[in-house]
Amino acid sequence: MSTNAWPRNRQALLGWLYATPTAVFVVALFVVPLLLVIKMSVSRWPLLSGDQGINAPDNFEKAIDHRFFIDSVVFTVKYTVLATVLLLVLGLGLALLVQESSRWNNLLRASFLIPSALGLASASLLFYVFYSPYASPLAPLMKSWGFTFLGSPTAALVSTTFLIVWRYAGFYMVLMLVGLQGIPADVFEAARSDGATRWQTFRKVTLPLLRPTLALTTVLCVTGSLLAFEQFYILTKGGPDNSTITVVQLIYMVAFQGQNDLGVAAAISVIVLVALVVVNALQLRAFRSERS
Amino acid sequence: MRRAFGRRTDRRWLAGVLVTALALGVAACGGDDSGGGTDVAQAGPNGVDDGSELTLWTRAPLEKQAKLLVDAYNAGHQNKVKLTVVPNDDYVAKVGAAAGSGGLPDLFAADIVYVPNWVNQGLFQDLSANINGLSFKDSINKGHLAAGTVDGKAHVLPFVLDLSMLFWNKKLFKEAGLDPEKAPTTLAEYAADAKAVQAMKKSGVYGTAAGLNCGGCLVFTWFPAIWASGGEVLSADGKESKLGDETAQKVYSTWQDLWKSGAVLPSSEGETGPTWTAAFTEGKVGLMLYPATLLSSTPFDVGVAGIPGPSGGASTFVGGDGIGVSKDSKKAAQAWNFLSWMMSEQAQVEVLAKDKDVVSRADLANNKYAAADPRLVTINEVAGKGDTPVALNFQQAFNAPNSPWLTLVRNQVLKAGGDLQKDNGEITAVLKQ
Repeated sequence: MSTNAWPRNRQALLGWLYATPTAVFVVALFVVPLLLVIKMSVSRWPLLSGDQGINAPDNFEKAIDHRFFIDSVVFTVKYTVLATVLLLVLGLGLALLVQESSRWNNLLRASFLIPSALGLASASLLFYVFYSPYASPLAPLMKSWGFTFLGSPTAALVSTTFLIVWRYAGFYMVLMLVGLQGIPADVFEAARSDGATRWQTFRKVTLPLLRPTLALTTVLCVTGSLLAFEQFYILTKGGPDNSTITVVQLIYMVAFQGQNDLGVAAAISVIVLVALVVVNALQLRAFRSERS
Repeated sequence: MRRAFGRRTDRRWLAGVLVTALALGVAACGGDDSGGGTDVAQAGPNGVDDGSELTLWTRAPLEKQAKLLVDAYNAGHQNKVKLTVVPNDDYVAKVGAAAGSGGLPDLFAADIVYVPNWVNQGLFQDLSANINGLSFKDSINKGHLAAGTVDGKAHVLPFVLDLSMLFWNKKLFKEAGLDPEKAPTTLAEYAADAKAVQAMKKSGVYGTAAGLNCGGCLVFTWFPAIWASGGEVLSADGKESKLGDETAQKVYSTWQDLWKSGAVLPSSEGETGPTWTAAFTEGKVGLMLYPATLLSSTPFDVGVAGIPGPSGGASTFVGGDGIGVSKDSKKAAQAWNFLSWMMSEQAQVEVLAKDKDVVSRADLANNKYAAADPRLVTINEVAGKGDTPVALNFQQAFNAPNSPWLTLVRNQVLKAGGDLQKDNGEITAVLKQ
């Protein structure tokens, strides 16, 4: 951008002008709700009768003592590790596969990316039918194997993770692809003329230079998985036998399905928010320090 | 890339943390509404019909009956009722958000098991003066009236009664060599009939089905089996669960045996409610404990009987929805006009009974439509022996997807184990909260 043509203060004004729409949305849709959630978390706030005044720190005590709190945290972490490892490995693998030009390149890229065009809720509904022992095209198979996709805790976790991998692998592939294409070609050439094998090139050249992309995708994937909701809400509803309750689902349950206590739900939300900030800070720091 | 990151995180955030914040955002806008407008107590016996537009919310399972009632009312009155049907699972959240913001519709229906709590929270206006003025007050369904009565003040009238009944598919019974005109009289006979249908080994056909991952379905269909044999499910004050008692144990063991024998539709294990009746309606299930509101939409010849207990008897869960005027309604007198019409012989007989639904007034039970279909007579008879449990924390203890009741049933039936008294204690703990 050419900067000299504009007086400095005018440029600053223009900057503010550009930033205003975003700032308005951030304040209205992010800061205000955030403050309200914090207020809610320190107030007695039943769903049906509204604000009943400050009661801190009762909500936080109730949140941590909730009979599903520990279970949901453990399950969420388990799911996050599983989804992150699978998505990153698969995303990178697919990116490497479609990176080199071949005849099937466009077809492959498109077919990996198409699931990303589907909303997560729609994708979950699609798989709900696909997994249903009643309506699924696989129903006869399930019957002869005596197995259902959502019938046992492990099956439900694996089936839901499969949906997520199907839905997001293409998205992570694109991110990895952008990262891969950002690596200058001469580095690879140099490695090749030094006689490096393919594996050595991958280990010593590709991976280190891909670190910023890996950091981004890890943060994205971990954050997304820790906040998992739609897929479990639609596919398992926390079942079978309360084995797949994620933290966000717990928030929803406490708020709207039985306990109907917005205060406690907001308290869990605040706990999750703090945990997320800490986790993301740690991740970014880990990637940065390794790089320097 | 940075932009994609921010947007995605924000969206997750919306799904997660803001689930509560959104409700709050709505809740923060109102708050100081306290009725106002016309006073319902002075509305006169029939209320006001002056061409007002009234809003009415109900949940999806009762859509058919609600539509029939609203259409019939709109056809004969100047007031016009606008019906909104909400999916079952979202109903509490929607009502909750509206209640907090003073945005409830004029009239709204509530699952009768939630009514005690909602009346206690002040969501409904006091209708006792109006209801006491009805000449047929004593014949209105007592379970529904009692659920909506707090401190002697009635707030809620029965909107649609939904009774759980034993339905059997006569065609499948005949094929299995059973008497298609004879209902099982005990739970053991029920199990034997289910196994007989299963024994035909007909492709896609099962003996029976149940919503084994649906707390509400199980309450609706299994509580009557306990009542039928003289058992209790809750203490009178609704604070203690009696679901570990002997009669209840017999119900669980019968179902456990049925499940093990393979006579239960396999998808019952994960059934959370939306399709729990589908297999029977498609004619693929021999017999089932099934909602009576579906009688008119079951397309083949079925038999209907009360739900038997382990040692015989018959009972039913008098469920369905109660309806009242919301705290936020400014047209209470007009809303009462709809309610008083809804209780009239015209609406009960010519709309509900005509659709093969149960009337909510005992004095109208023997109407001309019931006389034409002996199954309706059976349903009306059993309705008198039925019950509606009342407890403040009913939703959390029984209907919620993570309820302790569901844990108890699944441990007893699917896992054939678990500590029954401990699971029952969990229900009591929630009821006492």
